[in-house]
Amino acid sequence: MHKIALGGNPNSGKTSVFNALTGSHQHVGNWPGVTVERKEGELKIDSERFTLIDLPGTYSLSANSLDEKIARDFIIDKKPELTVIVIDQTNIERNFYLVLEIIEMGRPVLLVLNMDDEARKMGINVDSDGLSKYMNVHVCKTVANRRVGIDVLKEQILSAVQRQNKPKVLKFSEKTEKIIQAIEPFFKDHDPDLRRWFAIKALEKDDFLQELVGEKAYEQLSQKIELIEKSIANETDILLAEERYAVIHGIAKEFIKRMLTEEDRERFSTKIDHVVTHRIWGIPIFAGIMWLMFQLAFYIGGYFVDAVDYWFSRFGDYLASVMGDSMFSAFITEAVIGGLGAFVVFLPQLFVLFLFISFLGDIGYMSRAAFVMDKFMHALGLHGKSFIPMILGFGCTVPGVMAARTLESKKDRVITILVTPLMSCGARLPVYALLGSIFFAGHEGSITFLLYMIGIVLAIIMARVFKSTFFKKEETLFIMELPPYRWPSARETFGQAFRNSWLFLKKAGTIIFAAVIIIWLLSVFPAGIDAPPQDNYIGDIGRTLEPVFRPLGFEGWEAGVALTFGILAKEIVVGTFGTLFTGQDFGELAEFAEAGLKGNLVQGLQTVFPNAIAAFSFLLFVLIYTPCAAALATIKQEIGWKWMWFTAIYLFVLAYGVSLLFYNIGILFI
Amino acid sequence: MKKGVMVYVSEMKVGTSGKVTAIKATSMIKKRLLAMGLTPGTQFKIAKVAPMGDPIELNVRGYRLSLRKSEASCLEADIVGND
Ligand SMILES: Nc1nc2c(ncn2[C@@H]2O[C@H](COP(=O)(O)OP(=O)(O)OP(=O)(O)O)[C@@H](O)[C@H]2O)c(=O)[nH]1
Repeated sequence: MHKIALGGNPNSGKTSVFNALTGSHQHVGNWPGVTVERKEGELKIDSERFTLIDLPGTYSLSANSLDEKIARDFIIDKKPELTVIVIDQTNIERNFYLVLEIIEMGRPVLLVLNMDDEARKMGINVDSDGLSKYMNVHVCKTVANRRVGIDVLKEQILSAVQRQNKPKVLKFSEKTEKIIQAIEPFFKDHDPDLRRWFAIKALEKDDFLQELVGEKAYEQLSQKIELIEKSIANETDILLAEERYAVIHGIAKEFIKRMLTEEDRERFSTKIDHVVTHRIWGIPIFAGIMWLMFQLAFYIGGYFVDAVDYWFSRFGDYLASVMGDSMFSAFITEAVIGGLGAFVVFLPQLFVLFLFISFLGDIGYMSRAAFVMDKFMHALGLHGKSFIPMILGFGCTVPGVMAARTLESKKDRVITILVTPLMSCGARLPVYALLGSIFFAGHEGSITFLLYMIGIVLAIIMARVFKSTFFKKEETLFIMELPPYRWPSARETFGQAFRNSWLFLKKAGTIIFAAVIIIWLLSVFPAGIDAPPQDNYIGDIGRTLEPVFRPLGFEGWEAGVALTFGILAKEIVVGTFGTLFTGQDFGELAEFAEAGLKGNLVQGLQTVFPNAIAAFSFLLFVLIYTPCAAALATIKQEIGWKWMWFTAIYLFVLAYGVSLLFYNIGILFI
Repeated sequence: MKKGVMVYVSEMKVGTSGKVTAIKATSMIKKRLLAMGLTPGTQFKIAKVAPMGDPIELNVRGYRLSLRKSEASCLEADIVGND
C-alpha cells in the first residue's frame, strides 16, 4: 500500500479532489492527540493500492497554527511517497507559496492545477508541460467538482510514485543563497536531504529547531542570524517570503499566459459582495439567510419528522402484533425500535441544515458571514466563524457542533462547541410551552423569549470564562481569503450533506441507541413491564435525585425522572411527565386536553412545582443542563471524550447553580 | 489622503491604495501576512470595511483578503493613490 498525502490552500478544491479520487472509500477520524479532523481514503490505480491522507487545508507551512504543524510534520516524519498539491489556478500566485514551501522539503510532489474551467474563462493559460519540466514535478489540470481530468491525475499519481522524482531546488537570489549556505553547517549532523530546509527554517526563526540542535547551538545560530540581519538591514523571515514571491513571479512570467478577458469573474464577485457585505444591508441579509434556513429546515424537516414518527410506530405496532406479549417483544418494539427512532427522527431536519451549510460554504458565503459578524463575535472572545455554529444551535445542537469544524484554531473550536448547547434548541421548546401554559398562562411567549435570552447571555459569559481559563495565551487570526463566488456542483454539495448525516448516524447513532436501551432497561427492571415506573430502578433514581433537586424547588421524584429521560432528547421531558401523571404520552397540553387528561397532568405538575418560581427554576434547569445524548455523542466525535464529559458536567453544575440562585432569591418575593 | 505619506494600513480609507513598507507584528501574525503575499513593496487596495467597522477587505495579488484592523495595524504602508 502506497502512502500519499493531499495538501493545498483552503478553497482550492482540495475536498473535491479528495472525493473524486477516493469516492466512498473514506474514513474520518482525528489526528492523534488533537481535535483536527483527519480524513483518509483508499484508491486503486491499475493494480496498485494507495492510501490518500488529506492534510489540513493551509496557506503556508510555517507551523503557525496546529493545522500547519500537522501538515508539515506529516510530510517530514511520515515521508509520504508523494504529496499531491491542489492549486486554484485563478489565484496561482498565492497558491504557489505553499507549493514552494512543500518543495523545499525535497520530497516528490504532484501539482494539480484545479479550477481549469474558471481559469479558461478568465483567459489564464498555464503551460503545464513547461512547468513540469522546469520544476521536475508531475503536473496536471482538473475541474475537480465535475470530475474532469481525474483519470489523467490517477495516471500521473502512479507514474510519480514509481519515478520518485525529487523536485528541482528553486534557487533564490545569490545573496540569499549565500546566507543559506552560511547557516547550513549548523545542521551538518543531520539528514543531508533536509539541510537546506533546516537552514531556511532557521532563518524563519522556527523554534522547533531548538530541540533539534540543542540549546547551545541554537544560541549560536540565533546570534549568527542577528548578525546577518544587521548586515542586510532586513529581517531574514521577511527576506525569505520576498524571495519566494520573487521565484513565483519568475515562474508566472515564464509559464502563465493571461489573455485580456480577465477580471470578469472578479467583477461578478465584487458586484455580489457589494450587496452581501454592504455596510447597511450586510447584517439584514445575513439574518434573512439564517431565517430562511430555519424555515426550510423546520418546514421540510417537520414534514418528514411526522412521517418517520408514523412509520416507526406502525412498524413497532406491527412487530408487537406478530411477536405477541413478552418481555422480549417489548424490548424489541419499545427499546430497539424506539432507540432507532430516537435518532432517525432527527435526520431529515439535520439533513436540511447540513445541506444549507454545505451550500453556503461551497458558494463562498460562509467566509462573508464570518466577515460580517467578526467584530461582534471577537468582542465576545470568539471568532466570526463561531457565529454560524451557534445560530445552528437554536435549531439543534448537533449540526451546530459539527459546523464548528470550519474554525481553524483549536481554541475557537473548543469554546464554540462548549457554549453551543446553551443556544436553546428546538427540542426544549415543548417543555417551555407546557410549563408556560400552566404556570404563566398568557405570558408563554415572553417566558420563552426570556429563556432564549438567558441562554445567549450565559453562552457569552461562559465563552469569556473559558477563554480566560483554558486558553489564556492563544491568539487567533482573521487573515484569510474571501474566495470568489462559485456555483457549486450538486454532487459536491449533496455529497457533503450526505456524508455529514451518515457520520452522525454512525458515530452518534450508536451512543444514542445505547442510551435509549439502558434507560428502557432501568424503567422495566426489576419489577417488570406492567409495574408503574416508580417501582423500577428509574423510580429509585428519581427518589435518589429528589433531595438533590429539592433545593431548586422541585417537590417529588417525578422531576428527577423526567430530567434523566431528558438526556435522551429534551422533548422527552414532556412525554415523561405525561406518562407519570396520566399514563399517556403526548407532546403538548392541547393533546392531553383532547384526551380529557389535562386535569391530571396539571394537577401532577402543580404538586411537583408548588409555585411559578419553582416552575421557572425547572425551566432554567432544562435550558441549561447536560445536553441530549445525540449532542454529547457529536461533541465526543468532534473534540473527544474529555471535552464531552466536561460539557456534560459543567452544564449540569451551571444549571444547578443558576436554578438554585434563582429559586432561593425568588421565593423571598412571594 | 496624501500620496507618499506613511500610514498604518488600519487607518487607510476605503478606495485608497498603498504599498507595504514594513511589518511590525508578533511572529504568528507576521508569518501569516507574509504567506498571504503582503511582503514589503507589494501594492494593495482597501476594498471594503465590514458593517460593524471591522474587519477590512484588501485587494492584493489579484485576490480578496480579509483581516482585522488590529492585524492591519501591524502593516505600515505608503499611500500610492486614491479612487
Ligand atoms: N468551477 C470550479 N469549481 C470548483 C472546482 N473544484 C472545486 N470547486 C468548487 O469550489 C468550492 C470549494 O471546493 P472544496 O472542494 O470544498 O474546496 P476545499 O479546498 O476543500 O475548501 P475548504 O473546504 O474550504 O477547505 C466548491 O463549491 C466546489 O464545488 C473546479 O475545478 N472548478
